[in-house]
Amino acid sequence: MNRHLISIADLNRDDALLILDTAEELAQVADRPIRKLPTLRGRTVVNLFFEDSTRTRISFEAAAKRLSADVINFSAKGSSVAKGESLKDTALTLEAMGADAVVIRHAASGAAHRLAGWVRGSVVNAGDGMHEHPTQALLDAFTIRRRLGRIDGLAVTIVGDVLHSRVARSNVLLLRLLGADVTLVAPPTLLPVAVSSWPCEVSYDLDSLLPKSDVVMMLRVQAERMNAAYFPTVREYSRRYGLDADRMQTLPEHAIVMHPGPMNRGVEIAADVADSARSTIVEQVANGVSVRMAVLYLLLGGAQAGGSQLEAAR
Amino acid sequence: MTHALHSSGDPAVGGGEPAGAGTAGAGTAGAGTAKVPPAGGKLVLGPEEIRRALTRIAHEILERTDGAADVILLGIPTRGVPLACRLAARLTQVEGRPAATGSLDVTMYRDDLRLRPARTLGHTSVPPSGLDGKVVILVDDVLYSGRTVRAALDALGDLGRPRTVQLAVLVDRGHRELPIRADYVGKNLPTSQREVVHVLLNEVDGQDAVMLTTGLDQAAQPSAGDARIETDR
Repeated sequence: MNRHLISIADLNRDDALLILDTAEELAQVADRPIRKLPTLRGRTVVNLFFEDSTRTRISFEAAAKRLSADVINFSAKGSSVAKGESLKDTALTLEAMGADAVVIRHAASGAAHRLAGWVRGSVVNAGDGMHEHPTQALLDAFTIRRRLGRIDGLAVTIVGDVLHSRVARSNVLLLRLLGADVTLVAPPTLLPVAVSSWPCEVSYDLDSLLPKSDVVMMLRVQAERMNAAYFPTVREYSRRYGLDADRMQTLPEHAIVMHPGPMNRGVEIAADVADSARSTIVEQVANGVSVRMAVLYLLLGGAQAGGSQLEAAR
Repeated sequence: MTHALHSSGDPAVGGGEPAGAGTAGAGTAGAGTAKVPPAGGKLVLGPEEIRRALTRIAHEILERTDGAADVILLGIPTRGVPLACRLAARLTQVEGRPAATGSLDVTMYRDDLRLRPARTLGHTSVPPSGLDGKVVILVDDVLYSGRTVRAALDALGDLGRPRTVQLAVLVDRGHRELPIRADYVGKNLPTSQREVVHVLLNEVDGQDAVMLTTGLDQAAQPSAGDARIETDR
């Protein structure tokens, strides 16, 4: 792993475990009377969000602040981007302000990678188009490990709009890296063309998989990215691929239900499932802060020699 | 000033190694990387001397804290944690009531973080009763520059407000860079800054020993923390 976190594909198993173990230690900070560590005092983290986001941006902001970094929030609305400024010019502006890390979310796949070539600081990908969302996958893996005690050997079923989901891609890569067996379930129209090259199984039959699943991860139907008719009606999608209380009954006793948020209640997940004891949705948000603290610490906490920080921490 | 090996004034109090002390804390040693004894190193303390030094420290703690009623022993990872557990076992044995222990990772509070790549974090655990109003005794293997202890004091401040904070170390090797001293010392070991003190403990390294080597590489960075950090990686 280099000094950026752009894709899960850049991590090896030890890097991933180091991030999860570090997050485990940092999770304790949330339970302390003083929820702050002085580690990144004097460092500046810029949140550069070209797409709407609630939990990811707030989560990164909370993580940076708990490590005492200065946080500058930038959202495309109300900025010079609205006047037509390019990503590169925005990046150079940030560079001039001395950003030590840039957390970027962008609608274009590859935007984070491009940005990494333009700035001196570390770049953390907070979602680029339909490509990847590595910190979401890390927090999902962290949540699974906390709930079920391990990841190795678990059967994970990821259901829904895989085509538009950066969460699905990052999760398939990470969970496979950590030894889980991942199966994607989606209507054929919502699977990417190259899915056969992903390290996972593909199925179209949710009901046959549920009794064998340790983890079910429901993906949001990303209506805002759908410019064609991917399925006939929302109701039909919900009946075939949505998780309702009856389907949840067929899961094993210990199985958990995850959702990266934001949810479309009643579409991919029923409200009573989302609020059930099996659901980890609220935990995922809390764990997100710990995981992002770990990532920021490992990227920024040591010498800024530009070398491999994670490499040397082992 | 050079101490002969057995002359450090151990009262040689009776009572063997308390049962279970050998394994206590092994699970909480955090990112413990077992060390192999350095080739050509000079043995400073053997298992017997370490045992006696800890027994003496335990009795000093009992004397100076009125029976260790409110004492919490907080080990600094990696090797401070098993030392704290061993001291606690002795306190329990003498006083008949369990002594509280914990571990305090100071990595996030170090002043030399930017001098080297991000470090792996150790584990922090504090007894559920908290630290407020308690007598906290920090436990570490080697006291050198004092920077680790300074970081520990900062870390403590974020966890609670102890009544008193004291410091117990197995080896004090001198060369302080901050106004910090230990309250309980297992062995005062005059060293040159070129030398490296290696503390090996059974729980982490499979054997008990304190050894001294002449590390030529390490001499270049005397202020980067104590010898444990230098030799851990």
